[in-house]
Amino acid sequence: MKHTLAVLTENKPGVLTHISGLISRRDFNIESITAGYTEESDMTRITIVVDADDEYELEQVVNQLSKLIDVIKIIDLTGQDRVHRELAMIKVKALPANRAEIVNLVEIFRAHIVDVSKETMIIELTGEEDKIEAICELLNDYGIIEIVRTGKIAICRGPKAAKDV
Amino acid sequence: MKKMTGAQAIIECLKKENVDVVFGYPGGAVLTLYDELYLSDFPHVLPRHEQGAVHAADGYARSTGKVGVCIATSGPGATNLITGIATAYMDSIPLVLITGQVALSLLGRDSFQEADIRGITTPITKHNFLIKDVKDIPKAMKAAFYIARSGRPGPVLIDVPKNIFAEELAFEYPECIQIRGYKPIVEGDKAVIDAVCNELQSAKKPLFFIGGGVNLSDTSALMRDLVAYTGVPTVSSLMGLGSISSNDPHFFGMIGMHGSYAGNMATTETDLLVGIGARFDDRVTGKLEEFAPKAKVIHFDIDPAEINKNVRSYIRVIADLKWSLAELANKIKERPSEAWQKQFMPWHHQLVAWQKEHPLAYSRQTNRILPQAAIEKISELTQGNAIVVTDVGQNQMWTAQFYSFKNPRSLLTSGGLGTMGYGLPSALGAQVGNKHKKVVCICGDGGFMMNCQELMTIADLNLPVKIIILNNQSLGMVAQWQRAFYSGHYAHSNMATKADFVAISTAMGVPAIRLEHKDELDTVLREVMNSEGPCLVDIRIPEEEDVLPMVPAGSGLHKMIMGDWQ
Ligand SMILES: Cc1ncc(C[n+]2csc(CCOP(=O)(O)OP(=O)(O)O)c2C)c(N)n1
Repeated sequence: MKHTLAVLTENKPGVLTHISGLISRRDFNIESITAGYTEESDMTRITIVVDADDEYELEQVVNQLSKLIDVIKIIDLTGQDRVHRELAMIKVKALPANRAEIVNLVEIFRAHIVDVSKETMIIELTGEEDKIEAICELLNDYGIIEIVRTGKIAICRGPKAAKDV
Repeated sequence: MKKMTGAQAIIECLKKENVDVVFGYPGGAVLTLYDELYLSDFPHVLPRHEQGAVHAADGYARSTGKVGVCIATSGPGATNLITGIATAYMDSIPLVLITGQVALSLLGRDSFQEADIRGITTPITKHNFLIKDVKDIPKAMKAAFYIARSGRPGPVLIDVPKNIFAEELAFEYPECIQIRGYKPIVEGDKAVIDAVCNELQSAKKPLFFIGGGVNLSDTSALMRDLVAYTGVPTVSSLMGLGSISSNDPHFFGMIGMHGSYAGNMATTETDLLVGIGARFDDRVTGKLEEFAPKAKVIHFDIDPAEINKNVRSYIRVIADLKWSLAELANKIKERPSEAWQKQFMPWHHQLVAWQKEHPLAYSRQTNRILPQAAIEKISELTQGNAIVVTDVGQNQMWTAQFYSFKNPRSLLTSGGLGTMGYGLPSALGAQVGNKHKKVVCICGDGGFMMNCQELMTIADLNLPVKIIILNNQSLGMVAQWQRAFYSGHYAHSNMATKADFVAISTAMGVPAIRLEHKDELDTVLREVMNSEGPCLVDIRIPEEEDVLPMVPAGSGLHKMIMGDWQ
């Protein structure tokens, strides 16, 4: 089962490699990993989606990560009331004949066209994973040239920050 | 606030941490620091290889309970520490390693003698630092010692660029240190201790299983008290040896691959296995599915990540053993033990019977010196009171089986990593830390060669280490496996040139003697053990002697290969 972990760490070089190295050591698969600053400039928040076979495996991932001195806190967001998003940019073939159709699609998905050339368009979309999957599938018909995705980030609803729970 | 250089600051920090000796090896990047060591006359031991330095610091730490400190230069000096750091990390030994680094301006340019030592040691240190501003030295040093010795101990590395040693700072040593992400656990949950008491009281076949954590947390006295009061049969891992006396009537030896018959059978039959500061290494458990199959497992550990890592536990007690063993002893003593002890008396008798039927023994008739006999003799002559350091292989297992340990921290051995070459330098470190104790180093001929240059250090310092080589003229443990599992194909386990260890040793300044005849065993060893300075004994033992019992890797513990005489 897939789990989304929010890992709060010191904002220091090497932390991200250390974390990903520790997870891969036991051959757990990291589905995605994203990192960025937070409301505190000396704190980084890393969102990791891991695939764990059972609760014991997940417990190991969390406990091993917790051992790192630079890890301040780990929160398992799985199953919590949360909002999660991913950003994708998709470069797709857009010949004049198809343009209108593509623009339509983009509107339906509330995506944006951020660049247009003679033969291509770049579409930007944020949303849950399946929304991104869905647009990709439709755009496939026109010919996708390139996709970049950021990986998932997630935040809990409610008044509290993760670091305070 | 005093103005001083980075190098002076480091030495000042060492003094603040009550460090009484450092083990190190100089080189370009640390020359400024070495100059300060010289000027301040700080006690320093110079082993002949950086691997020797780190193992020596490790032996010092294991035997004294203090933090071992080691210095090496950048690049090759630092990379030579790796095996020793990994060894300490696996066995949770507190070390602070100070490595020189190329100057900040040269960092990351493949400069002369540059190695990314932080990157290299990330997976084998508890934490590491790169100092980029001289002002950070006091805080980093304070943190390094705090992290190394608190919680589950481990090695911490501080990498210091060459220019930083020379830069100036206003020195102030922090009183205490706050690290957001690091809150070592001390006390646990009292309710859980109650639950443990209840389980103990209702168990019919309880078993205490002691790990290295008891030695490391200096809770041997608490453990002995607990065993004496409850009478619960007790076994230990290799790392747990010494925390309870080998002769304790409730102690049934080491378990695992070369564990005792009674210990391994007890583990297979117990209904309540209480693991205390043990990490359930695969050399201990054998096949996991067949490990303690009838037992509820209770796990005491300071490191939450150890819980359920290998063996699933029914109750977890996460705390410093200083807290949890004391708490358990207090709680259990509220309950009169006689009544509930009765219910596991048959179990105790069963263990005694197993021990009688299948003792650790050797009775192969030979006129050669058997290694087991040599170790028993050393045990007798030192009355179990020596600090015994082993190397890795058969010599290590025979020592574990046949030396009668009396005291905690009296067996120093590379348990987790199984590092050949560990013995000699570690023994030298232990002797530096324990001037008045007898230190005996037991090694094989293979492992001895791996760091034999340290004979010179021992000679230099005239450390009275007694070095015993159990010389089977082969890589014994490898050969044993080849005999058992590879049709006796001795692929490169035999060294063609039979080196003359007596000559090597005397050439390096340590008196040595060869021991070949059984009838000389007593007199020679007696003389050596009572001698003043260092001494090496090259004991010729039969090539084909096996360590038994043996559980083949991946089997259940009850599937032991026994000797005919066992
Ligand atoms: C650094 C290192 N290399 C290889 C091994 C694998 N190994 C384990 S035991 C052993 C043989 C040890 O031979 P020796 O030192 O003569 O000791 P004996 O087993 O004969 O007592 C070897 C090669 C190891 N443990 N460590």
